[in-house]
Amino acid sequence: MHVLKLIFRNALRHKLRAVLTVLGITIAILAFGVLRTLVTAWYSGVNASSSTRLVTRNSISLAFFLPVSYKEKIRQITGVKVVSHAIWFNGSYISEKNFIPNFAVEPKTFLALYPEYALPDDQRDAFFRDRMAAIAGRKVAQRFNWKVGDAISLKGTIFPGTWDFVIRGIYAGTEKSTDETQLFFHWDYLNERLKKTVPRRADQTGFYLIGIDNPARAAEISAAVDETFKNSLAETLTETEKAFQMSFVTMTEAIVTVIQIVSFLVIIIIMAVVANTMAMTARERIGEYSIMKTLGFGGMHIAGLILGESLMITMAGCALGVILTFPAAKYFGHTMGNFFPVFHVSTTTVYFDIVASLIVALAAAAFPTWSAVNIRIADGLRKIG
Amino acid sequence: MKIPVSYCFRNLLTRRLTTTLTASGMALVVFVFATILMLAEGIRKTLVNTGSFDNVIVVRRASGSEVQSGIDRHQAFIVETQPEITIGRDGQRLLSKEMVVIINLPKRGSAKLSNVIIRGVSEKPLLLRPQVALMEGRMPRAGSLEIIAGKGIAKRFKGCGVGETLRFGVRDWTVVGVFSAGNTGFSSEIWGDVDQLMQAFRRPVYSSITCKLRDSADFEKMKRRIEDDPRLTLEVKREVQYYADQSEMMTKFLRILGLSLTIIFSLGAMIGATITMYAAVANRTSEIGTLRALGFRRRNVLLAFLVESMLMSVMGGCLGLFFASFMQFFTVSTVNWQTFSELAFSFTLTGEIVYKAILFSALMGFIGGFLPAFRASRMNIVDALRTR
Repeated sequence: MHVLKLIFRNALRHKLRAVLTVLGITIAILAFGVLRTLVTAWYSGVNASSSTRLVTRNSISLAFFLPVSYKEKIRQITGVKVVSHAIWFNGSYISEKNFIPNFAVEPKTFLALYPEYALPDDQRDAFFRDRMAAIAGRKVAQRFNWKVGDAISLKGTIFPGTWDFVIRGIYAGTEKSTDETQLFFHWDYLNERLKKTVPRRADQTGFYLIGIDNPARAAEISAAVDETFKNSLAETLTETEKAFQMSFVTMTEAIVTVIQIVSFLVIIIIMAVVANTMAMTARERIGEYSIMKTLGFGGMHIAGLILGESLMITMAGCALGVILTFPAAKYFGHTMGNFFPVFHVSTTTVYFDIVASLIVALAAAAFPTWSAVNIRIADGLRKIG
Repeated sequence: MKIPVSYCFRNLLTRRLTTTLTASGMALVVFVFATILMLAEGIRKTLVNTGSFDNVIVVRRASGSEVQSGIDRHQAFIVETQPEITIGRDGQRLLSKEMVVIINLPKRGSAKLSNVIIRGVSEKPLLLRPQVALMEGRMPRAGSLEIIAGKGIAKRFKGCGVGETLRFGVRDWTVVGVFSAGNTGFSSEIWGDVDQLMQAFRRPVYSSITCKLRDSADFEKMKRRIEDDPRLTLEVKREVQYYADQSEMMTKFLRILGLSLTIIFSLGAMIGATITMYAAVANRTSEIGTLRALGFRRRNVLLAFLVESMLMSVMGGCLGLFFASFMQFFTVSTVNWQTFSELAFSFTLTGEIVYKAILFSALMGFIGGFLPAFRASRMNIVDALRTR
């Protein structure tokens, strides 16, 4: 008990220094936490994907479409439960700055495949009934203040022109990882207009979404789908939804790596700051440690004192930093909502925070402990300041 | 009378461990600051270098990028006859009707798929783009299934070296050459014959038309004529502007990220400097008293401690910059979100970044050292001399 009291008093001996150091750690842990959350957000699409869904796209690249006639052929393959399809529409709302992910989908099968997009029954029926209907995620509806029944229009980038929609439903994610920033509308609506304006682009779809009953057979079913369309004009590439989402992440891998490296750098920076504090503290108290040694306290005891002080300061900063990470992530997610649909602090991030600050505490205490333990009593007593 | 700078410098030397720790904290912050600026500059430079000022690019209105654009042959013919376009040595107008598509190719080694731009070009793409030069092999023959690969692609993707073949669009394409386009986006592309590629991909439309102006000042005239033509739904941009727009989102993201990171990191480092300088002031109370008794003024003492702090941080800054300069040897490749295709670029150090980084580190030293220096300058002579 006395030892704890001594550590506590020691830590607070230079109040200003202690406060500054704690503040420094708080900032570092905060930055580390937000950066880790950013990395998690990058992978959010991968984490939200289900193992019972496959994605089939044109093997040349996503920019090439597939004939809509493939739908029935895919459905005949054993193991396939539901087939839906979608087109990345990429329309912009009012100005190009307002990025909303929007897709033209085959509504009934799409919602059957994605039960995590939860809609009230009446809104779902309204969405199915009206060909001009669109459903929007809760977050995007909030952002533009859309209500059920509002008319909106998107400016097409891939499909030129102005496209009008009526919001018939606002979906909420059933899970934390569900993306609530998207907009979905009827593929038929797009197709009918294409038939009139650009007939050569009609009756095509961007990619197929396949629901299977047994995730263990994913590889086998993927191969069967690709085999069906081999040597056709539009060959396919089928992979699990996870792999499909992962391919987007790996594209920008370089940036994720940079963020990861930087998040470790901030820990090293703060290590230098805390190590500096501990070095100064230990240097000032070398006389005291010598006196304790004279009284018969062992090296381990002194080591414990220094380490304890280092731990106390770092942990205080860590606790503050973790608490602040949550509002910071909320704010960050709000402003960067365009880039990252899902932005919340995971428990793993909190564990990472704690481990990082433990390492900082140990590393910072190492050198002063070593010198305090090894100094000869006479030398220590002789030293001033 | 001023306190000599050597006094400040020697003070730093006496407490080596503390100085090193604080300065290395600063060095890391400056390293991060410089690296992110270099990254953003690298992307910007690569994309901006890609265009030439006298070249004009025509794409479909509101399409944003070539990949999403489409110009049918009928529209292309109208653009082709614009009088502002330069006429080449052979009497033909200097223009290239191109088709740009993205295909997935596996990388060498990992076999991971990534998006690569394939550009179908007319016979004379090199006349429009003087920065492009053939490094190896030869140019593809018109109307054949031959392609050439940018040097960034040839190295990193399977089947893209000279003599190798690639399969896409139900055909086999032979790579007959590798071209270099310096530090530009073209180095991350594959080029082939436009008519063959349009057939292979069953896309009867061009993506963009690039032409060279006879007189650079004619741009506005040509832009107005094409954009006002009711038969055309096209948009005209200078090539430089077009590529700058392509990098906008990426550089903006990196700038926001870089700025917020450096602000947060520098707070940490400044706290480190403040702690160090407070300790320096506390240890030297009697010394400060002596200096004051000798006749140095408050502002001299203030300045001396500020200089000490700034010396320390600038040393750290130089160290950080030194390590950051090595980043120039690395080439990074990532997918540009706006064009959705692979782009290779390197960290680029410019004079402006060096200047900004040094200034930034000096500023950190100044802010971090100000409070301690202020305390030192406010000390009462008698009290200061009395401490042991």
